[in-house]
Amino acid sequence: MVNSFLEAGARDRVHGICDAGSFQEILKPSDRISSPHMALLEQPVAFDDGVVIGRATLGGAPVLVVAQEGEFLGGAIGEVHGAKITALIAKAIEEKPRAVLLIFESGGVRLHEANAGLIAVSEIMRAVCSARAQGVQFIGLIGGAAGCFGGTGLIARCCDVLIMSEEGRLAMSGPEVIETVYGVEEFDSRDRALVWRVSGGKHRYVMGDVQTLVADEVEAFRSAAMDALDTGKVNFDLQSLEAEHAMLTQRLAQFGDCRDAKEIWQRLGLPSAEELALMPADEFVSTTASARNVAKGAR
Amino acid sequence: MNRDQVLNALFGEGWKAEHLEADHFYGRASVLNQEVTVIGTSEKAEVGADMALTMARVVIQTIKERAGEPIVFLLDTQGQRLRRRDELMGLNGYMAHLAKAVELARQRGHVIVSVVYGEAVSGGYISTGMMADACYALADAEIKVMNLPAMARITKIPLEHLQELAKQSPVFSPGVENYLRMGHLDAVWEGDYSTQLAASISELQAKSRAEIAVDSRIARGVERGGRKAAGVVIERVLGHA
Amino acid sequence: MSMEQLKYNLPSKAQQAQRDAILVGVTASGNCEVLLEKGDDPAHCAVDIQTSARGFGTIWQAVLSDFAERKSAGGLKIEIHDVGATPAVVSLRLDQALEAWENEHGQ
Repeated sequence: MVNSFLEAGARDRVHGICDAGSFQEILKPSDRISSPHMALLEQPVAFDDGVVIGRATLGGAPVLVVAQEGEFLGGAIGEVHGAKITALIAKAIEEKPRAVLLIFESGGVRLHEANAGLIAVSEIMRAVCSARAQGVQFIGLIGGAAGCFGGTGLIARCCDVLIMSEEGRLAMSGPEVIETVYGVEEFDSRDRALVWRVSGGKHRYVMGDVQTLVADEVEAFRSAAMDALDTGKVNFDLQSLEAEHAMLTQRLAQFGDCRDAKEIWQRLGLPSAEELALMPADEFVSTTASARNVAKGAR
Repeated sequence: MNRDQVLNALFGEGWKAEHLEADHFYGRASVLNQEVTVIGTSEKAEVGADMALTMARVVIQTIKERAGEPIVFLLDTQGQRLRRRDELMGLNGYMAHLAKAVELARQRGHVIVSVVYGEAVSGGYISTGMMADACYALADAEIKVMNLPAMARITKIPLEHLQELAKQSPVFSPGVENYLRMGHLDAVWEGDYSTQLAASISELQAKSRAEIAVDSRIARGVERGGRKAAGVVIERVLGHA
Repeated sequence: MSMEQLKYNLPSKAQQAQRDAILVGVTASGNCEVLLEKGDDPAHCAVDIQTSARGFGTIWQAVLSDFAERKSAGGLKIEIHDVGATPAVVSLRLDQALEAWENEHGQ
């Protein structure tokens, strides 16, 4: 069993985060519910269409779990993949587990099934919000190589809480697309440090889009998820929406003219980007604690 | 159809603009003697963080000040804004915020209708139009994730092959007919748009909150033959002990 | 990229352990996913392959025969989705799958 969350496959992450031996998969690979569309395009399939769903316990509490396999077509969402997630959330509304764990790793909509993928993303977003309004808590985990992009990034930001490692990325469009359209001056996609300063875990954490920053360890994600069971629920109501609106409004006011997290961190009086980049997660969290409150607009 | 033409076709004299920029707008309109909130994009708008936030603000204002008022989204967008600055700000979060606002409006009893009158592409459509209770498109509008040449380049599947396959399957290529067949659109509109909008709002207002809360797009996709596999998954998972 | 379908039926010593299906690997470039399940014939291991790398039938035969000789894979069936994995990677996946099958405490 790998220790690094980044290097672990979807099932290994599920087994490592949930209580040992507790995971029961729904729609196993041997059920062969895979994509009916790939054959037409002469593309290979995955037995589980690149997503694992099922039931488990976390610290003894019943949870439902989703884990996307980033190595299969970049974890992209097709018809079956999307329907598995939508169905799992419908099950959560029926069963009312302590939480739903969404282990994200996805580039967004699967182009080979583009329309099905796009519609599925909106169905999942509606399902998450509807379930949250009925008291179900959604804990999102981000830390895989394929990142959490496109429609999947939208789903992630519908969760109650996000737990992310420095290695993770959360954004809408990838740097390559932006560079293709507007050139290398706009976004040099080969500047890895820049890419992570725009979409990486540390930046998202300081901005307040992510609630918990962890080291790249399956065990660390597990601990953070258990903590989130107790402290992470956010009501789906007008008050929470207005609080988020205020945070997002003042973020544009404070930093809307910035083009790099370096500038943001400098304005917040934080150490240099180079120093921050070298800090392990716990040191980064304590170093940025008060700056983070300022960034979120907290008084 | 451009913005002014669609506003005129839908509302005629009943339209009251509150904010009119080249690429987005909002205001109120009268439909069958009730006021509706109208929020829209135009001129193939790029939806960035600022625009998403503005639209969310309008939805929140309607929730707070106008109980039960229907909300109508009119869409013409080329998709999400592709700028480093918007990604830095966390564009996906702004879009999700807008989607959450729409969902909250639904939960608080506002019926929500969306109409694609120009183009609707990916990220520009997903947090607004696709979150509605009932989604429509004009017959000559367009809905897509990506155009076929770009898809061919990225998937490395030859364009001619994609074009051939697009004739056999509604699952990946651009087209409102595909989004109808896949179960996403309630209908494609031709002819008298204002009558159809009024009918849609009335129909939605006649439903209970429990009925409105159900997202029936997979069921429709199965019925219309566009998304059978999704139906199988739902049955297998929810029938599961 | 068009796919090639291959089928093999290899004599092998009967596998005693019984358990639910095992999946190892991933359908990704240079890799393959291997689903190991109970089969019908205790004296043979039946293998079905879908591969994007066409024309390697003899190599598959060699890798699978080697596996069937070294291991007790009789009474099992294997289905593989391959995207150009090397013989070494395929061998590794087959061995991983069977090891998980034989290990009582495996997932």
